[in-house]
Amino acid sequence: MSADILVANHLVKTYTQRSGKFGFGTSLVKALDDVSISLRSGSTLAVVGESGSGKSTLARCLLQLQPLDSGEVLFAGQDLAKMRGAELRAVRKDLQMVFQDPFASLNPRMHVGQIIGEGLLIHAMGSPAEQQKKVIAMMRRVGLTEADMQKYPHEFSGGQRQRIGIARALVLQPKVVVCDEPVSALDVSIQAQILLLLKDLQQEMALSYIFISHDLRVVRHIADDIVVMYAGKIVERGTVLDIYAQPQHEYTRNLLAAIPGKKQPSLEIA
Amino acid sequence: MTVKTTIDSLNAPLLQLQQLSIVAKKAPEKLLVDNVSFSIEAGKTTCVVGESGSGKSLTALSVMGLLSKPLQLTAGKVLFNDAENGVVDLSLIDAESLRKIRGAKIAMIFQEPMTSLNPVLTVGYQIGESLTTHLGIKGAALKTKIAALLEMVGIPPSRAESYPDELSGGQRQRVMIAMSIACEPKLLIADEPTTALDVTVQAQILKLLDSLKTRMNMGMLFITHDFGVVADIADNVVVMFRGKIVEAGTKAEVLEHPQHPYTRALLACVPDAEGKKPLQPIDYAWLNPVHITDPVTDMKAMA
Repeated sequence: MSADILVANHLVKTYTQRSGKFGFGTSLVKALDDVSISLRSGSTLAVVGESGSGKSTLARCLLQLQPLDSGEVLFAGQDLAKMRGAELRAVRKDLQMVFQDPFASLNPRMHVGQIIGEGLLIHAMGSPAEQQKKVIAMMRRVGLTEADMQKYPHEFSGGQRQRIGIARALVLQPKVVVCDEPVSALDVSIQAQILLLLKDLQQEMALSYIFISHDLRVVRHIADDIVVMYAGKIVERGTVLDIYAQPQHEYTRNLLAAIPGKKQPSLEIA
Repeated sequence: MTVKTTIDSLNAPLLQLQQLSIVAKKAPEKLLVDNVSFSIEAGKTTCVVGESGSGKSLTALSVMGLLSKPLQLTAGKVLFNDAENGVVDLSLIDAESLRKIRGAKIAMIFQEPMTSLNPVLTVGYQIGESLTTHLGIKGAALKTKIAALLEMVGIPPSRAESYPDELSGGQRQRVMIAMSIACEPKLLIADEPTTALDVTVQAQILKLLDSLKTRMNMGMLFITHDFGVVADIADNVVVMFRGKIVEAGTKAEVLEHPQHPYTRALLACVPDAEGKKPLQPIDYAWLNPVHITDPVTDMKAMA
């Protein structure tokens, strides 16, 4: 049993929603309702659920991209939820995120070299020449070429853009990477490439992943542990094998039944 | 004026694409869709499978005469079997007659329900629009019909007064479906209708489309990049790669005995839920002329 690298205890996040005529009334939506998770060092924890279940809110709250109402996030012995400003910025070097939409998450006015190198610049990691070297090495590693540095995001396909997003996150050599639906915007044929890349990089760089997804086919291949979220709560948790073999909660069973092509055993022979 | 053909409409399939080719006007030497032919029967679903850029959406748009200006249909026939008027070639017909067919006899569901609904009109209005245009239904009769359609796709009829932003992604896609089936079309074209949706919602929508197809005896042209979805919904499958059809056949033929290396590569990279199959990136090795394998031995090696 390896040690936990990131532990979150009793996270609560409530959104105020406008309601009633002209939005004069307000109602509260509990996006996270007493959620606790722990991520083992070097492993992948998948957070599974449908849209609106609070899984993306969890991702953002873990990295303090959104303030929590209450709860603690422990990383390297410190509570991230209590940190502010420079202190938080410094620790973010170790906590990176790969975003869902490779079309919206890259600045269209920066070229790829700048996008990937920006983190190094912010954290002042090495001289400009060293930074350049790191960027090129990282780009090669994710399957891009040195010439791609001068290009803009719109010149790339969806799969390539997601590679840029991964390079951007990993060039800082983080310890924990939160992947928020990294492949759900991609063609099935491209998904496998990106998943394999993420897996290989996890081995090489000793990364721990929190992997957010609604697709259990994808999760099966990348995760070690799973938590299933529904309406802001964790309804089931366990190892991948247990959850797939013996889902306990009704909602987990529904999710498993909804996998496309499941009724067709013929697909497996291919 | 419609351009009738001499084909016997009793025996002809619902839709027949014959040697369709599409180019960009600026680069006419590159065929975006290259000599594509297949047909769709009433009450059957034909899935067109391929990666982005394979020309599957262009093929669907050309059926409806919805290709954007920079693109051009250079060759081929789109033969639609309109029972009352005989078989017509949609690629030759004038705009006025095409408008009468669109929405009434051939309807389309678009990929992104977020962008394809009008945000400033209620969903009830948007569903009713084609009923008024094509069938002249108005007033109380229109309201009843809209309520019935919403009910059919599983949305409470009271939501007719809602605006698209007040509905979830799955509900919006259901509204799109209600719009498309309003005039009971003979042919429904669905362009990746579930790609933007969660798996649980996707399963519901696929089930809904399948039951509507059976109930209304519609032919369906279903576009997707996911072989998992194909296994759930298709009767016939057409696989496209870089504008060409590389393989076509019944679902059983294509899924269980894929002949073309591209079909096999595409099938191999679909992740399975059991985790028995290792994750595989898509394999383009077969494109390389050095790597020519005998399909028979290749099949044996895979089995």
